[in-house]
Amino acid sequence: MNIHEYQAKALFEKFGVPVPKGAPAKSAADFDPALANFAEGTIVVKAQIHAGGRGKGTFTDGFKGGVKLCPSRAAAKETAAKMLGNTLVTAQTGPAGRKVQTIYFTEACAIKKEYYLAILLDRASSRPVIVASTEGGVEIEKVAHETPEKITKVFVDPAYGLADFQVRELIFKLGFTGNEAKNAGKLIRQLYACFWETDASMVEVNPLITTAGGDVLALDAKVSFDDNALFRHPEIVALRDLNEEDPKEIEASKFSLSYIALDGNIACLVNGAGLAMSTMDIIKHFGGTPANFLDVGGGASKEQVVAAFKIILGDPNVKGIVVNIFGGIMDCNVIAQGIVEAVKEVGLKLPLVVRLEGNNVVAGKATLAASGLKLVSGDTMADAAQKIVKRVA
Amino acid sequence: MAILIHPQTKILIQGITGEFGARHTRLSLDYGTQVVAGVTPGKGGQFFEHAGHKVPIFNTVAEASRATGASVSAIFVPPPFAADAILECVDADLDLAVAITEGIPIRDMVRVKRVMGGRKTRLVGPNCPGLVSPGPGESSKGGCRIGIAPGYIHKQGHVGVVSRSGTLTYEAVYQLTVKNIGQTTCVGIGGDPVNGTSHLDVIKLFNADPETHGIIMIGEIGGNAEVEAARWIKANCKKPVAGFIAGATAPAGRRMGHAGAVIGGKEDTAAAKIAIFKECGIEVAVTPSDMADALLRAAAAKGVKLS
Repeated sequence: MNIHEYQAKALFEKFGVPVPKGAPAKSAADFDPALANFAEGTIVVKAQIHAGGRGKGTFTDGFKGGVKLCPSRAAAKETAAKMLGNTLVTAQTGPAGRKVQTIYFTEACAIKKEYYLAILLDRASSRPVIVASTEGGVEIEKVAHETPEKITKVFVDPAYGLADFQVRELIFKLGFTGNEAKNAGKLIRQLYACFWETDASMVEVNPLITTAGGDVLALDAKVSFDDNALFRHPEIVALRDLNEEDPKEIEASKFSLSYIALDGNIACLVNGAGLAMSTMDIIKHFGGTPANFLDVGGGASKEQVVAAFKIILGDPNVKGIVVNIFGGIMDCNVIAQGIVEAVKEVGLKLPLVVRLEGNNVVAGKATLAASGLKLVSGDTMADAAQKIVKRVA
Repeated sequence: MAILIHPQTKILIQGITGEFGARHTRLSLDYGTQVVAGVTPGKGGQFFEHAGHKVPIFNTVAEASRATGASVSAIFVPPPFAADAILECVDADLDLAVAITEGIPIRDMVRVKRVMGGRKTRLVGPNCPGLVSPGPGESSKGGCRIGIAPGYIHKQGHVGVVSRSGTLTYEAVYQLTVKNIGQTTCVGIGGDPVNGTSHLDVIKLFNADPETHGIIMIGEIGGNAEVEAARWIKANCKKPVAGFIAGATAPAGRRMGHAGAVIGGKEDTAAAKIAIFKECGIEVAVTPSDMADALLRAAAAKGVKLS
């Protein structure tokens, strides 16, 4: 689960990670009270969406930049009014962009130098890794590619936690001395506590900055959480912003279906994540384009299959459907009954190819045959994929 | 022979009285698996009964193992308690803990994995279908089935299968069985980013097992476990190996069902992994329908008989 920058910074403050003073506003009426927190002078206005590249983004009405430096409170208010409710397109949003529903005002900081700091899971060692660089404010992937020697990694032993010598190593590698070193050390420890205690899957500060006064601050904040651990963090679940999610994906999650919208025209309904991914792949292999990833899980019920069909058909791009079920333990006949019920309920007009294999498959195929539905049977994954691609083309 | 588990292996079930655990315990008993104990805290002294079997239930894993000689556990415990269930197996010095549970917090697994270092117990999973070493009977009955895989699609024989995905494993196994090619052991290592046994761990076991003549390795986007295994195969494994990677069409940065199936960079895409498979002499299945055929091609090229 992802959260907005303003929420991430509030979380940082709770853990004692210093951030520039800021205030969010969700409506035009909130602008004045939010801006009253700042002294007259330069103020940064930041559009809040779950995507990077905001500064270089463009709004659909042509207004440029989702992060703006404004010389006064009045100018900040004017800029915020142009952003709120407007749709911002960045390199990460796709062409549709995202509607800006929250504005975040922050004080402008006199930056002495920018750094990069992030904490995430290192899969190879199964440990948290702290990644730091003297090159901040730019894409870390670029730094890793062009000047890998400027990146320092510290792997944290989960049995002990972040050790003092590791914090010192980071401080020396980043070149901090004096007051800056003291402040940076404190920030790194607090940021690690934030990562660990909230079950974050990543916290990223880019840039981390120093000021002339020796302060070290998180100028930006990106935090995502492990979905598996949300059950023990109701305070984080409360930060979820459904406006940032695809309505079809939200609907799917209500039925314990794993659904991800894609931009093709052949919808897939599959059991199991690996099989679902490879069903998308085989459609592409035979010249089609998948409209979605949809895993109905290992023990799908009739109700889930009906819900899945409705979600799939909510996508206007869909021109055909392929169902691929390997019923290991799951009864193929239950799936077949679900398909028949769903097709009747939604009045399906599109081509449908069904491939059933596994437990009680003979009864399942008989149910489909007896239903009188106009559907095509596929014998193998390859056969089913070829048949649906041909019918949609 | 097989790897990790054999028809004689005695297993216990943690969470035997839960709906999910009970259903799969019944299926394992029907398959002929030696389910000798169950563990549900607070229900010690009761019995799990099914089709003439009477499986004693214990309060703790240590007690169950001591009383019955069970050396392997299948864990069907809900996510908030699953890490603790694994640690209980480690503490009881079991040979193997197989965590079927999906949705265990990553932080819990990071801690569990750290604690398991240097201990006797091996972990398979979590978020996995488990293992099957098929038996000699009809529909491969008389084998050892731990977890949730359908036993009947298997056939006893000489191919090892290792995979991160459940249904994709079944797909591969079914393709083999239909072609009358049997399996030694099929291992689902699970779809989570932090797991116990890796592709490479299983490949090493298959390589050392004289009964395993060929290997199918199924992977997906995310992480570098398949790459690590492929490089080892190139240097050390003489047996024919076929590979498949799911997720060629997956968008970067999205979690595709499995918590571990997310593209993090240029190195963990399907295309990058497939390229390395080829470079390491692994016969790549062009589509998921081609997995058994790919192994047959690899075996023919090396003059190896699979059945």
